[in-house]
Amino acid sequence: MTAPAKLVCKNVWKLYGAGADSFLDANPTPDMKTIRAAGLIPAVRKADIDIREGEIFVIMGLSGSGKSTLVRCMSRLIEPSAGEILFHGTDLLKASDKEMIEIRRHKMGMVFQHFALLPHLTVLQNVAFPLTIQGQKRKLAEARAMEVIELVGLKGREGYYPRELSGGQQQRVGIARSLADEPELWFLDEPFSALDPLIRREMQDEFLRLQGMLAKTIVFITHDFDEAIRLADRIAIMKDGAIIQVATPEELVLNPANDYVEEFTRHVPRDKVMSVGKIMQVGGKGAGQGIPASAKIVEVAEQVIEADEPLLVVDEGKPVGSINAAAVIRVLLGKSAR
Amino acid sequence: MSTFRHPSTWIFITLLVLTWLLARMGAGWAEATGLAWAFDYPKAWVIPLKDWVSAAMKYLVEDVHFGFFTFKEFTRAISWLIEQPYNLTRALLAEGFMDGPGRRANQILPPFSWITITACVIALGHYARDWILAAIVGFAFLYLSVFGQWESAMITLSSVIIAVPIGVIGGLSLGILAYRHPLFDRMLKPLLDLMQTIPIFAYLVPILVLFGFGPVAALVATVIYAMPPMVRITTMALKAVNPEIKDFGVMTGCTQAQMTWRILVPAARSSLMVGVNQVIMLSLNMVIIASMIGAGGLGFDVLSSLRRLDIGGGFEAGIAIVILAIAVDRLSQAFSERASTHQPKSKGNALIRYKRSFAILAILVAAFLLGRIWPFFQSFPEEYWLTTGAFWDNSVKYLNINYYDAFEAIKLFFLNYFLLPTKRFFLGLPWPWALAIIALIGWRFGGWKLALMNALMTLFIVTTGMWEKAMITVYLCGVSVILASLIGIPLGVLAATNRRAGGIIGVIIDTLQTLPSFVYLIPVVMLFRIGDFTAMIAIVLYALVPAVRYAAHGVRSVRPELVEAGVVAGCTRWQLLTRIRLPLALPEVLLGLNQTIMLALSMLVITALVGTRDLGQEVYIALTKADTGRGLVAGLAIAFIAIIADRIISASARSARIRYGLEDAHG
Ligand SMILES: Nc1ncnc2c1ncn2[C@@H]1O[C@H](COP(=O)(O)OP(=O)(O)OP(=O)(O)O)[C@@H](O)[C@H]1O
Ligand SMILES: [Mg+2]
Repeated sequence: MTAPAKLVCKNVWKLYGAGADSFLDANPTPDMKTIRAAGLIPAVRKADIDIREGEIFVIMGLSGSGKSTLVRCMSRLIEPSAGEILFHGTDLLKASDKEMIEIRRHKMGMVFQHFALLPHLTVLQNVAFPLTIQGQKRKLAEARAMEVIELVGLKGREGYYPRELSGGQQQRVGIARSLADEPELWFLDEPFSALDPLIRREMQDEFLRLQGMLAKTIVFITHDFDEAIRLADRIAIMKDGAIIQVATPEELVLNPANDYVEEFTRHVPRDKVMSVGKIMQVGGKGAGQGIPASAKIVEVAEQVIEADEPLLVVDEGKPVGSINAAAVIRVLLGKSAR
Repeated sequence: MSTFRHPSTWIFITLLVLTWLLARMGAGWAEATGLAWAFDYPKAWVIPLKDWVSAAMKYLVEDVHFGFFTFKEFTRAISWLIEQPYNLTRALLAEGFMDGPGRRANQILPPFSWITITACVIALGHYARDWILAAIVGFAFLYLSVFGQWESAMITLSSVIIAVPIGVIGGLSLGILAYRHPLFDRMLKPLLDLMQTIPIFAYLVPILVLFGFGPVAALVATVIYAMPPMVRITTMALKAVNPEIKDFGVMTGCTQAQMTWRILVPAARSSLMVGVNQVIMLSLNMVIIASMIGAGGLGFDVLSSLRRLDIGGGFEAGIAIVILAIAVDRLSQAFSERASTHQPKSKGNALIRYKRSFAILAILVAAFLLGRIWPFFQSFPEEYWLTTGAFWDNSVKYLNINYYDAFEAIKLFFLNYFLLPTKRFFLGLPWPWALAIIALIGWRFGGWKLALMNALMTLFIVTTGMWEKAMITVYLCGVSVILASLIGIPLGVLAATNRRAGGIIGVIIDTLQTLPSFVYLIPVVMLFRIGDFTAMIAIVLYALVPAVRYAAHGVRSVRPELVEAGVVAGCTRWQLLTRIRLPLALPEVLLGLNQTIMLALSMLVITALVGTRDLGQEVYIALTKADTGRGLVAGLAIAFIAIIADRIISASARSARIRYGLEDAHG
């Protein structure tokens, strides 16, 4: 069962250069060659995606592949050259400036790669900023800001200025700030790319913890595939402005749409993306109180290998099959899945 | 060198020789061949543009109606608006409150005592940075009272205090408008460019006509002069705000006003403060110059001393200006640094938090009460004034008696071998020939567009009858710029290559830069009296700064790998300098040259005070006669010279940069 779509991009294009709009009117589906010949830069080409209520949707691609541009089109920071962006079924591109201000104030939040904190405000003032912009009383806004600051684990630092914080702490402020007005739709543009690998992992955990509590609809950009598979419910892979494949991490690994995606997924440890359900023996009998079919191999490998017999696999409480050590070892060795 | 084999080099040399020959002998031949018009532009051909402008101005002032009010009423209203705060400040700082106008009015309330104001700046210095700054500005103000310059300095200061907020707010608003509306930006830019190249005096004239002689006219001129950099800096600073922060503003749902005032302006704060500092320093400079249209204060003291050739008096007022300028500059810089960092909020009760304010209030009351009984507490008593006037008089006398011959010899040497031949050369040039050459140079560096622009601007100068004065201007400015470059560029190179020298030169240059242009005249006039030579020295001193600065910057920013490559290749230090550093610094040096020319041209009008006969003098005369047309046309002529020089040099700097691969040919 899939959740209803929150944000839908239909045939979204963004070309940079003079006369991009009229060029698209003349030929609605140009290929790379004609675009280049017209002297335009393709940033997003024919993006069709739907982002579902409550999921973490990761957009992934190399530098310059158009991820930021796509997400900026979704939030209408950039005006797409063509296409529709449906938010709750209504086209954002047709909204007036005033309506956009309302939507952004109450329904959308964004976290930026380089934090975009206001240097002249303290942590508390930064986090309260979106609320004061909406005209909330300072006392109320700061009380709410304190709540989110606590949520991201920065209590005690609310009086600091951004430059007195480490990168990780600054991004926590950025996250707290974007959460302060309780957005439904949360955009994060490479939020952890500017951080050290260690801090990055810590922040990813923190992010998952938050999402566990808040259950937002999230569009998350990264160029790091490991990050993508850790966080994503679904991943969209972009190349040269086009979306090549949208799928769960597991499907990407198992059924890459083309060589490019396969190349991407080659070095991904299979045990981290593949779930028990994919390699179990359907209908087989097994021992134990049951392993969930959605569990990742890496989580259960030790348990299965150390057991003397195949273990039972359950889906929503019902037994659906069994899993044995040989199947797990094959995945761990990187042998083909089936 | 390979360039000598290039055909255009030979053409260039031939043209140069031809030009020289024409300038030397041309006039003689012209008599015979009936070409005299080419050397002396006939009076009958002059387009009476100045009369038209004057007539238009007269019409504007006397007859224009905007429905409800006339133009005159409009300017009166502006005057009134500016006058109120100005009078208040002036009363508070300098003159006290009177029961009526005129000399015989009685003082109802005295101005702030010198003690109060000095205490106030000390507190400001401490607030903005530390006790050291407090001591510096405190001593500066103490100097003003002890040396009897207090009242003039306070009058000057009141003008600055009124002009700065107007300039800052006006500049900020225009800058924000230009940032928001690119069309407005594109319209504003050429205007700002022109305003920066037209010498200040040229627009003093219409202001004089519109607002009459007096402090208000001076204030208007000051604001107009000091505002453009603020506009530019504002637009630039807002554009430079981190795009992520702008995106954040949009995503938070900021309205346009919130975006401007809560995101962009605070984020651009430190750059904006640089603009504020500029406005302050330019205002101070202009308030001094505007003494010519009635600003009063220290500028007026200098001006009247110069007119009387009262060396001591001029020197004293000049030093007071320098001291005031340095104090104001340091203070405003400290404030801008303070604004761009964060101070921890001081804790404690109100008495502790506002300790400085309370202290000043206490001093204010005490000085007022004590001042009622002992005048010492009101104003520093005249009988204790120290004067250095006699000292300066004597030293100059001493120098003149003992070294007169030496000074005279230097002066004559320069006049005979440098100034006069150059002057003769420029005056001997037939204008059609010069026109063609200028167009040709434009074509060579910037294509036909620049050629056309140069030709049109030159034609303007010729047809408005300004040719001869323009040539004197070019000559005076030219020799000064050459001299300034000959001194400044080596100094800059020295500053860049030798750390200790760099430090010393840096301090000197910084100080020179804060000085109002007037000040440069004083010492030179004393030693060399009036004339072209004096003017030249003053211009050189004033225009030296950018030559040094840009040369130093250019040499410093040569990529270190290139220098290292030279070291590895076994270059001597001299070879490093001449083969690597200097050629690569050339584009920067050219930009410095450009700035030097601009400053030299802007100084010309001031040197008209010492009796030059160039366009500057024309503007100066227009000023004394309140002749708008004359002043504006001469001002435009100076601006055009500046623009021609600027475009040619920028174009050649660009081609140098392209040659070194520092810039894209298509960029
Ligand atoms: N304002 C612009 N004008 C012209 N081209 C642009 C502009 N902004 C982006 N582009 C181009 O669009 C393409 C996509 O850029 P985008 O910033 O979306 O990439 P990205 O995937 O976010 O890369 P990164 O990982 O480096 O952030 C790039 O080729 C870029 O050069
Ligand atoms: Mg990006």
